Amino acid sequence: MNDQLKTDPSKPAQRMRAGSMTLTLGPWIVAAIALLVMPYIFTSNSALTIMNQMWITVVFALAYNMLLGQGGMLSFGHAVYMGLGGFFCMHLMNYIEDFGLAFPLPLLPLFGGLFGMGFAMIIGSFSTSGAGTRFAMISLGVGELIAACSVIIVAFFGGEEGISGDRTYGLPFFGVEFLKQIEVYYLISFWLMLSAVLMYLFSRTPVGRMANAVRDNPERAQFLGYSARWVRFYSFCASGFFCGIAGGLFAISYEILTEENLNATSSGVILLVTFLGGVGFFFGPIIGAIAFTLLQTVLSLQTELWAIYVGGLFLATVMFFPGGLAGLMMMHVPALRLGKAGGLVMPYIKTLIPGAIGVLGVCALIEMTFHFRHAAKGDHEMTLFWTTFDSHTVMPWLIAGIVAAVGLGVARATAPAMKEAWDEANTAGGAS
Amino acid sequence: MSTAALELTGLKKSFGKAEIIRGIDLSIGKAERHAIIGPNGAGKSTLFNLITARFPPSAGTVKLHGEDLAGLEPYQINRKGLSRSFQITNIFPKMTVFENVRCALLWSQGYKYSFWNLVNRSRALTEGAEAILEQINLLERRDLPAGTLSYAEQRALEIGITIAGGADVIMLDEPTAGMSHSETDYITDLIMKVTEGKTLIMVEHDMGVVFGLADRISVLVYGEIIATGKPEDVRADPKVQEAYLGAALEAEH
Ligand SMILES: Nc1ncnc2c1ncn2[C@@H]1O[C@H](COP(=O)(O)OP(=O)(O)OP(=O)(O)O)[C@@H](O)[C@H]1O
Ligand SMILES: [Mg+2]
Repeated sequence: MNDQLKTDPSKPAQRMRAGSMTLTLGPWIVAAIALLVMPYIFTSNSALTIMNQMWITVVFALAYNMLLGQGGMLSFGHAVYMGLGGFFCMHLMNYIEDFGLAFPLPLLPLFGGLFGMGFAMIIGSFSTSGAGTRFAMISLGVGELIAACSVIIVAFFGGEEGISGDRTYGLPFFGVEFLKQIEVYYLISFWLMLSAVLMYLFSRTPVGRMANAVRDNPERAQFLGYSARWVRFYSFCASGFFCGIAGGLFAISYEILTEENLNATSSGVILLVTFLGGVGFFFGPIIGAIAFTLLQTVLSLQTELWAIYVGGLFLATVMFFPGGLAGLMMMHVPALRLGKAGGLVMPYIKTLIPGAIGVLGVCALIEMTFHFRHAAKGDHEMTLFWTTFDSHTVMPWLIAGIVAAVGLGVARATAPAMKEAWDEANTAGGAS
Repeated sequence: MSTAALELTGLKKSFGKAEIIRGIDLSIGKAERHAIIGPNGAGKSTLFNLITARFPPSAGTVKLHGEDLAGLEPYQINRKGLSRSFQITNIFPKMTVFENVRCALLWSQGYKYSFWNLVNRSRALTEGAEAILEQINLLERRDLPAGTLSYAEQRALEIGITIAGGADVIMLDEPTAGMSHSETDYITDLIMKVTEGKTLIMVEHDMGVVFGLADRISVLVYGEIIATGKPEDVRADPKVQEAYLGAALEAEH
């Protein structure tokens, strides 16, 4: 191999680069097509609303991961940058309406981004000197400060009611006035695609590569000519920019921003979303945002306790799969490469299906306990998994308990075999 | 006489009450290969840390090509053409071997904090990094996370990162520590090759390497340089014999 390189140094490198181009272009095209056709598959208005929310969360989570995953900076107050971008866009929207500015709505998120970046430049100028506890605490402090300001500086934040507006006063954009949900969907999708591509490209620039280096070993980076602080600062500003874009999209989609958009809860949610999806891969936050939004919107229609399940899922992720959902998927790449992934299917079925049934049993117990304690007096009837029963009788409890115990028991008993299959699938050679 | 590549005057360092470096004056000329030897705990690594601003000195000055480095940050010193390796391997363990080297090339190729260039579009970067990988014999490990390499391979990568940026003053802290004989020979040749025409300052315990490579040697004992000179002079110096070399040379046999 060495000799080959010596005789013709350009060729292998070219081949590698060409290979990586085709590899990276594919997913983007698939994503763009998916964004285009989704509204034709899920046509209801509520589905559109969910998708809009999902794509906004994707932009926000990707922006957040520029810090957490790529820069190694744990921020507890990142909703601030999205929120401020959003508030700024709401004000712009109202100016457009009040003064009849000729301003095309699709450009609005750009200004949200610039505002978010401006604020990130101010905070980043002193917060990025370290990545550890100090950075995390400053982000938390700034988050609290801005959340507190939102009830004090009423002119900008609108107090408790927040700021609302009307997106339809912008200059018609090729005849589109954004009256319809579907028009907003495509506007959001456009910005999602653009932002995601730009964020991906950012990670491939010199400063983006150095962000990884500084995350891994800030000291060594310093001895390579890079100031760890400046590298962090640039990541921080870039992240603030894309958070602001997400804020602008939120403003367009919901036409209202309140304190909720920048408080600690929202900051916590985006951390959860990003971690759930996986911080180690670029696409991790995308999966996280999709999974979380689906859980939040679909599950919350089914049960009041949805947050408990999301919390449980988050805990399980942190404890068992620190790589998140993306990490879980990518774990299987070696087995696929070895052509041994097929050997995993049966062991997975044997362990994971009983496990899932067991977990559903546990959920049933939780739901029944909740109903037993909190339902109106005399209301003994509850519906769970398409069955209606009396929560004050023994039978349902017995059944749920047995399902939980047996399901989890079987999963536990078959887990070693799954582990064995896993090890076998990940070692080269041997019978496949 | 032209200005020295590196000039130390009255350099001191105390950690609390313990005075570790007790006044060092040393001048290392351009294109000189200079070895620093001495017993464990003598302060060799600390001296390196003072020169590269990892620690601030308690007193004294460090001059690089006649320019005082006081108050500069490590990254600023690096940009002036001084690069160092570490005794305890200091790489980017989660990034690939190739990425490690490419990151080391970025500043010297003028990319700075650019966010409008794509690194994999640059032939100069890719080929430069691959050339370094070939030199340090890690081309086959190109796409592995650096943290998964063997110890000796990580040491080689450490050297690769250090020399990648094309600095003209190179400081290596025990580059061959923990390597087998053949690996040591290989690394020695490599160091010889890549420091051609450059200034090399090297801490090394392996006397074979030291006497094979160095133009001049300084012996550091308890924070002081007790002798500096040509290898044969230092070897013959009775003070050195007594303090260090006698024991070290015996250990070789
Ligand atoms: N940051 C520090 N704080 C306190 N003491 C230190 C610090 N760094 C080094 N020392 C002390 O300074 C002395 C010299 O350490 P140094 O690492 O420079 O020795 P060395 O000559 O490189 O030894 P070796 O051959 O083992 O690498 C040691 O006694 C060490 O304990
Ligand atoms: Mg040392």
